[in-house]
Amino acid sequence: MRRRLVSLALHAALVIGAVATLVPLAWMVSASVMPTGEASMFPPRFLPTHTTLAHYRDLFDRLNLGRSFLNSALISISATFFCLILTSLAGYAFARLRFAGRDRLFRSLLAGMVIPAQVAMLPLFLLLKAMGLVNTYWGVLIPYLAPIFGIFMVRQYALSVPQDYLDAARVDGASELRIYWSVVLPLCRPILVTLAVFVFMGTWNDFMWPLIELTDDRLYTLPVALANLSGEHAQDTEMMMAGSVLTVLPVLVLFLALQRYYIEGIMMGGVKE
Amino acid sequence: MSASTGRPGSAKAAPVARPPDERRENRAGLAFVTPALVLIGVFFFLPVVAGMLLSLTDFDLYALGDLGAVRFVGLHNYATLLASPEFWKALANTFYFVLVGGPLSVALSLAAALLLNEKLVRFKGLFRTVYFAPVVTTLVAVAVVWRYLYHPRFGMLNQALSLVGIAPIDWLGNPRWAIPAIIVMAAWRSFGYNMVIFLAGLQAIPDSVYEAARLDGAGPLRRFWGITLPLLRPTMMFVAVMTMIGYFQLFAEPYVLTAGTGGPANATLTIVMLMYKEGFRWWNMGYAAAVAFVLFLVVLAATSLQLALQRGGRE
Repeated sequence: MRRRLVSLALHAALVIGAVATLVPLAWMVSASVMPTGEASMFPPRFLPTHTTLAHYRDLFDRLNLGRSFLNSALISISATFFCLILTSLAGYAFARLRFAGRDRLFRSLLAGMVIPAQVAMLPLFLLLKAMGLVNTYWGVLIPYLAPIFGIFMVRQYALSVPQDYLDAARVDGASELRIYWSVVLPLCRPILVTLAVFVFMGTWNDFMWPLIELTDDRLYTLPVALANLSGEHAQDTEMMMAGSVLTVLPVLVLFLALQRYYIEGIMMGGVKE
Repeated sequence: MSASTGRPGSAKAAPVARPPDERRENRAGLAFVTPALVLIGVFFFLPVVAGMLLSLTDFDLYALGDLGAVRFVGLHNYATLLASPEFWKALANTFYFVLVGGPLSVALSLAAALLLNEKLVRFKGLFRTVYFAPVVTTLVAVAVVWRYLYHPRFGMLNQALSLVGIAPIDWLGNPRWAIPAIIVMAAWRSFGYNMVIFLAGLQAIPDSVYEAARLDGAGPLRRFWGITLPLLRPTMMFVAVMTMIGYFQLFAEPYVLTAGTGGPANATLTIVMLMYKEGFRWWNMGYAAAVAFVLFLVVLAATSLQLALQRGGRE
């Protein structure tokens, strides 16, 4: 009897928490399909009287948010691709190859992780300006390409690759690049998936850097475009909610599909949001 | 970009003739780390050092067009900073976020983790996914959503509060409520992250410890204070430091919720917002670099302090 009561109380608390967690997201979706003006009524409504997709059409036809969507996709996918190559090469080398100055270099990298990224942003902007990369895709991409936490994650994982595999490949006469590509990468697949999810989401969701680096609204990523619109179109609640859904949906779906990898990545620690 | 410029097997590093295997490994290792290290060196460490130098100059809008106009001004920017009420306001706000938002977020995460860790709970995976979902959402998008939830007249929050007889609050328009409102939103979005870390910490505590305590007649509260919290201490420290650092760097939440102003009347202006405003809106880059460097020092000091506390606690 007591056990039943405790169980009931626990589940009640969990359900209340779950509802509170989901209400903002549910209202976002609901308001995005409300007829114009219905999300700004008193008393506020939670569900639409009838649903419409007009605001989504407006986003693409009038506000050109499809372009921002493609920008976000292009930047996030490229960042993920280059980051996987660069961090896996470096992470594997730090873990398994003995080279001059390895430990000193790795310690410097770890020390760099305590420096807030914002500290580098002003000079980085000036540097990219001097290189003619301000307001370009490459300019936005550069800080995402070789995240220190990525190198760290791959290194931790690559430490567990059996030495026998590497030795056997060497005896067979494989080149170091070949060993990396055919032996190490397949064995590191789980951590690379985890890293890919982190980098894709981190890039997709990032705001401050693209806000600084991109000045032309044709290059805006979704978060920058959305923040911009929320000033001009603050009154168009339903349309802003449609924009929010469009921005959140891809990462939410990706998370639901790959959440095991994502959560394992957090457990590895040393991962910054 | 991925092409390596690595100098093959730098001869200086290997004065003694080494077996070919070692030379090969050395060469490959250097070649593999070079692309990433060059990028990190040129586009992160170099800017960090340059930022310190930048903070000693009067780099402004004119310098942006003509680099010859930059002058070395020593610690002038720091002196201006320390004399600026806006800076102190931003610093105070940031500490408000860290000292109130930090513990609140951590407590919320711990509470959720404790609930989820109970043996009687069913559908654990489902609840975990739900609680975690806000973490992966795009901050700007959900901040836009919360702006409407906080609307004094049409917002869901005031509507819900009116059910229990609380009069409408102008959450983001009232200087007293603006920071709490932003903290609630930030905690909502991030608590799932620390919850997962706490869950891992809780699962590492062996059942036998609780069993022994139960045989000794310790109630749930006793077990929490006497076993769970002390054994969770390393996790707690990690989570506390990470959460604190996150709140020190708060930017997008107040930016979007206050339409880029840090208002009302600078009530939500944070250090990073101040840096952004001075550097990228007014192009006072020398001054903004000084703000950034102060942020660095504050984060470093806070991290060291907590790590020292952690070490002290272990002895």
